[in-house]
Amino acid sequence: MSEAANMNGSGEVLLEVRDLKMHFPITRGILIQRQVGSIRAVDGLDFDLIRGETLGLVGESGCGKSTTGRAILQLHRPTAGSVRFEGVELTETSGPNLRQMRRRMQMIFQDPYASLNPRMTVGSIVGEPLDVHQLGNSKTDRQERVRELLEIVGLNPYFVNRYPHEFSGGQRQRIGVARALAVNPSFIVCDEPISALDVSIQAQVINLLEDLQRELQLTYLFIAHDLSVVRHISDRIAVMYLGKIVELAERTELYENPSHPYTEALLSAVPVPDPVVEAKRQRIILEGDVPNPASPPTGCNFSTRCPKAMDRCFQEEPEFRDVGDGHYAACFLNEE
Amino acid sequence: MSKTLLNVRDLETKFFTQDGVVHAVNGISYHVDEGETVAIVGESGSGKSVGVMSLIRLIASPPGKIVNGSVVFDGQELMDLAEEDLRHIRGNRIAMIFQDPMTSLNPVLTIGRQITESLELHMSMNRNQSRERAIELLDLVGIPAAASRLDDYPHQFSGGMRQRVMIAMGLSCNPQLLIADEPTTALDVTIQAQIIDLVDRLRKELGMAIIWITHDLGVVAGMAERVIVMYAGFIIEAATVNDLYAQPHHPYTLGLLRSIPRLDEAHKERLVPIDGLPPDLLDEPSHCPFAPRCEFVIEKCWQENPPLETVADDHLSACWRDISEIRLELDAGLAGGAA
Repeated sequence: MSEAANMNGSGEVLLEVRDLKMHFPITRGILIQRQVGSIRAVDGLDFDLIRGETLGLVGESGCGKSTTGRAILQLHRPTAGSVRFEGVELTETSGPNLRQMRRRMQMIFQDPYASLNPRMTVGSIVGEPLDVHQLGNSKTDRQERVRELLEIVGLNPYFVNRYPHEFSGGQRQRIGVARALAVNPSFIVCDEPISALDVSIQAQVINLLEDLQRELQLTYLFIAHDLSVVRHISDRIAVMYLGKIVELAERTELYENPSHPYTEALLSAVPVPDPVVEAKRQRIILEGDVPNPASPPTGCNFSTRCPKAMDRCFQEEPEFRDVGDGHYAACFLNEE
Repeated sequence: MSKTLLNVRDLETKFFTQDGVVHAVNGISYHVDEGETVAIVGESGSGKSVGVMSLIRLIASPPGKIVNGSVVFDGQELMDLAEEDLRHIRGNRIAMIFQDPMTSLNPVLTIGRQITESLELHMSMNRNQSRERAIELLDLVGIPAAASRLDDYPHQFSGGMRQRVMIAMGLSCNPQLLIADEPTTALDVTIQAQIIDLVDRLRKELGMAIIWITHDLGVVAGMAERVIVMYAGFIIEAATVNDLYAQPHHPYTLGLLRSIPRLDEAHKERLVPIDGLPPDLLDEPSHCPFAPRCEFVIEKCWQENPPLETVADDHLSACWRDISEIRLELDAGLAGGAA
């Protein structure tokens, strides 16, 4: 809480990602494994994260958004590229130094049913990071901190001795949030934190994340497939397709002025809960499915489904470039 | 006025488990007209799936039991029908599409075999006829090179394509009523848009009625004509789609609409969540099921469960409070909050 408090609003870069690649090998053979190809889950990402902001990362399943989050935290070691966090190059850090860095960056997982150990009490789940990083000096200190954390996320501190199965989905997600906050991180990767929750509970968790961000000056990378939620919570939004960011812009700018045909189609496909608005909207229906990331198309990744594809799109790959005021897009249409 | 195709009265389904009786569906009544799309909206555990499964008696018994109610489909009472006769209706005149296209297809049978099965069973076609019809159906739902894909297995299809196969199976016998249980929930938004577009087009072409079950109020707004909102096994509000979104009468519907972020929201507004948790269905419902979470609760809500009553033309709601009072309170509350 203390170090993050010196935020001055001028836009200090907290995280710098350059040409990040994460390829998973496809192997054949039982005894002697040969690599016969690779799945290009993340294929060259460039972006910065400003301290105190929320960057939304959207895309369809399999586009590499979760892998991006994990590669940044070094939960997967990236194949290539650089990830600088608070000035430290994470891809070259390992062992105790990396563990030290992990105090500054945490993760909230998608599935609150699978990400909590069913045999541990809430107290030990939330307290574990304190033990790992040797933050609780004495037993009473530790207990005190766990109680405080539970209160911060809106759970009754009286619950410390209960087990995860005694809680509902929304409450479990709060436990996950408390665990992430235990070590006072400045950066949290939220990997679809609300998609497993009921509609009426989602708003509770979104509000909690927003309150915590304000109180603790947190920076979020918010990964989700629900564009309405991402628009609500993010300051800037990056749209991913098949391992690449195709567009990145400030939230209102992205929704009002999409510069990539994929973003346009994605936005038009999201239903709005208002029949009057829905009746007027024009939907862009994309043909077909997302190509296989083991053999992406030549040229632009989106060319196979793009309603505006030109000859050039099938041969060359468009550059991810600034089309004005920090609005980035990778499409030839913006070049005229 | 079009003809009523399905009329459900006081349908009540319970599950008798070791932990006690689960009150899944507590006496729901509604109707579906020919060629109409009705959406049933609710959270998990609201009884929306059990409610429609009960229509065609697809409830595992034990532990489940339909304890009361009448379901009249095209002039025929389904609850009194022998299992043998019901089988001629299920999959034939009433078809169902399930939520998860990954697990609802048999992985060891080809797509062709799975579609032709019901054709041979219900339409007494022979091998060649049913195969031809299957190709026609796959074409209809937009699967490219349908003839050559008939001998493929489910794992060779993507999620969206599998859901199309499910729809083709659902449509195979020209049903009068198609029940779609969260058919797009497991799919990505661009694929969801494809499927909604497809179902809507098929409805217009084939003139069938659709019951579309979902938890997504956005999907509903774009495709349904009437909406039924369920909570804890009760219908708490039912209205035409425009009325429901413009003039919600029940505090739960109001709460749901205020708690979801909208893609077209102009500026960042704080969401208003519904406090508390969905109810435990093991409890015998005696008061209004929404009372523990309702901002506008009054003494009476704890004593009696409000009946579903007409509040406007084609608009039913189950609440003791007057909506105009609620709106006044809401405006006052919002003004107070801003000050």
